[in-house]
Amino acid sequence: MNPWRSLRVRRDQGWQYIRDVRAARPAGFVGLPQIAEGTCGAGCQACADVCPTQAISPQPLQLDLGRCVFCTECVAACPEQRIRFTTDPRLAATAPDELQVRPGDAADRTRVRAHALFARLFGRSLRLRQVSAGGCNACELELNATANVNFDLQRFGIEWVASPRHADALVLTGPITATMADAVRSCWEAMPEPRFLVAVGACAISGGLYAEARGVQRTFLADVAPVLYVPGCPPHPLTFAHAILDLLDR
Amino acid sequence: MTVVVRWPGSALPPATAESWRADVLARLRGGARLVTLFGRRLGDQVLLTAVLQHPDGALHVARALALADTGYRALTAEHAAAHCFERELVEQTGLPLTDHPWPKPLRYQDRDQAAMADHPFWQLQGKEVHEVAVGPIHAGVIEPGSFRFSCLGEQVHHLEIQLGYQHRGVEARLLAGDPRRHTPLVETIAGDTSVAHAWAFGAALEALADVAVPAAAVAARGVALELERIAMHLAGLSGLATDIAFLQGASSWGRLRTTAINTSMRLCGSRFGRGAVRPGGVRMALTAELRAEVAANLRLLQHDCAHVDDLFFGARSATHRLRGIGTLRPDVAAEIGVVGMAARASGLALDARTAAGGIWHEVPIASVVHADGDCLARARIRADEIRASLAWLSQVLERHPEWPAPPPPLPSLAPGQFVVAIVEGWRGEVVHCLETDERGRLTHAKVQDPSLRNWLGLAVAMRGNEISDFPICNKSFDLSYCGHDL
Repeated sequence: MNPWRSLRVRRDQGWQYIRDVRAARPAGFVGLPQIAEGTCGAGCQACADVCPTQAISPQPLQLDLGRCVFCTECVAACPEQRIRFTTDPRLAATAPDELQVRPGDAADRTRVRAHALFARLFGRSLRLRQVSAGGCNACELELNATANVNFDLQRFGIEWVASPRHADALVLTGPITATMADAVRSCWEAMPEPRFLVAVGACAISGGLYAEARGVQRTFLADVAPVLYVPGCPPHPLTFAHAILDLLDR
Repeated sequence: MTVVVRWPGSALPPATAESWRADVLARLRGGARLVTLFGRRLGDQVLLTAVLQHPDGALHVARALALADTGYRALTAEHAAAHCFERELVEQTGLPLTDHPWPKPLRYQDRDQAAMADHPFWQLQGKEVHEVAVGPIHAGVIEPGSFRFSCLGEQVHHLEIQLGYQHRGVEARLLAGDPRRHTPLVETIAGDTSVAHAWAFGAALEALADVAVPAAAVAARGVALELERIAMHLAGLSGLATDIAFLQGASSWGRLRTTAINTSMRLCGSRFGRGAVRPGGVRMALTAELRAEVAANLRLLQHDCAHVDDLFFGARSATHRLRGIGTLRPDVAAEIGVVGMAARASGLALDARTAAGGIWHEVPIASVVHADGDCLARARIRADEIRASLAWLSQVLERHPEWPAPPPPLPSLAPGQFVVAIVEGWRGEVVHCLETDERGRLTHAKVQDPSLRNWLGLAVAMRGNEISDFPICNKSFDLSYCGHDL
């Protein structure tokens, strides 16, 4: 390897990592939606009609982050312009009900409650095993990106591991296909306790675009409830970072 | 690039399976290339469709009605490139084919994992033989699939790849509800190929609705598509560098990908180009401020990629690890029907962009071909294609600085039509075939990701290599599991 070429690449590289992942607001990112207070036109459900995942219930207007694929079709459809998406990446929640966005929600509403035990055990070292069960490789690429030089979650002691035996949490993507249902379960069973489940992306949280699909079999989630829901299609690495750090009270 | 063929009327074809088979074989012997082949069950008959591309680039559609209980003699017996199509045909329609050399389920559609456990893997017999089974869960943040290596010592004699773990039922979903609203779903067929699938699906719908897309919107789609190509090629190169422990290449190409996908996000709100393409046009705005930002990002990519390429391809430790590994010979690639960048790395000049009109005619893109067919060729071609796409993007953004507003909803679809749309995604040709019934409703949606055809290329390329070469061979092909499994 030519050392001068290596130095030139190093000079180009500069400092790529995001110094403060808590403060970063990615330009152009479609993040946390806000619903303005007000009233909809009589019988209007234009937003719900264009939503591909039934994430919106009209009258009273409410948006489910666990179903939303952030396509923003509803923004253009609403004649009252009540829906807008901010660049805020803090989307995750620890309870399904906290995934609901309602009119006039405070901008800094806390959706992730710190978990005392996990914060104590894993606060400085968390090992994650990822399983894709019908994920389209968008969630997987974004989860991989959490470990790249930009996001560098290893700085918090958060790392991806190959074996479920070494993992503290199972990070699930995809709606769970029938052909992966057994594998997901055996991966979970291979993990030592205490352990927890993280559902990443609309597919894992709610089935997303595949909620009605023929090849999907979600009984695992009836037996094991996620401790953390990370919305997005796919979630931004910063969304994942906020979710984990909030859960671990970092 | 988006070639659309109309099937005249809803009248069912008069051809029988036997005459269809003879016609298709004659055309293939005459130099045509099989683009896709599939069937649809109609009571006790199966409507067969084959799409062929003649050497002049023209598409030909051949259709026939086969008796569901009789079937026909598999084309694969004489034309290996039909292998995956005919396995899928049997799985989706139940049509009995004779003489298929590899008659196994393709993706265990509508079955559960227990059925997959009994997959009849090909077995190598002998005292020195051992098998290595990997999957479906792999040791990384990656999609699932099952690999069975039959080895003699360290040498892989045969690799069989069993897929289907990602089958969600995409094609059936596309038939439910209004197809003109299915683009978000289509963008998740293979999440790393969102733009190419959305474009192919959109182009097919536009043909069915008889809507012309403004030239500037086609240019904008091209921008989204080439950004997707650059981003995924950077991801692949970064992964390849990781797999050979060339860490400076891994981290540098990795952060350059961040620049590419963040450029997509500035244009459409998604790092994966989701929302960029909508039937009838695009949903991206290009302001003066954004134009300057995109241009600056492209300059940075051009400048920095050149330096990383010099470093990586100038390092003998890197090229030596990749040269001569996972070689797919041009004749074998052509025989089994490999497409896209893997085909171009094996000397086959297959690129839907070169034959397409629109922006590809206005600003031709340099299509790169390498002859060696090894991991090094599949790495080089990605670096070369990044360079070609960056140059193309700069030209197109200068020629088309204004993009049209989001399109109005498409009118209803014409009844009794069959269309084929082909878009050259970063892996290769993405093919969408749509058909409407006599009331203009979608009756069949056939989705084809290039991965469907290229997985066998990986399996064949592994033969005679060491098992420790698998990660780099796999990464060099960089195929989609969900794109295959649907």
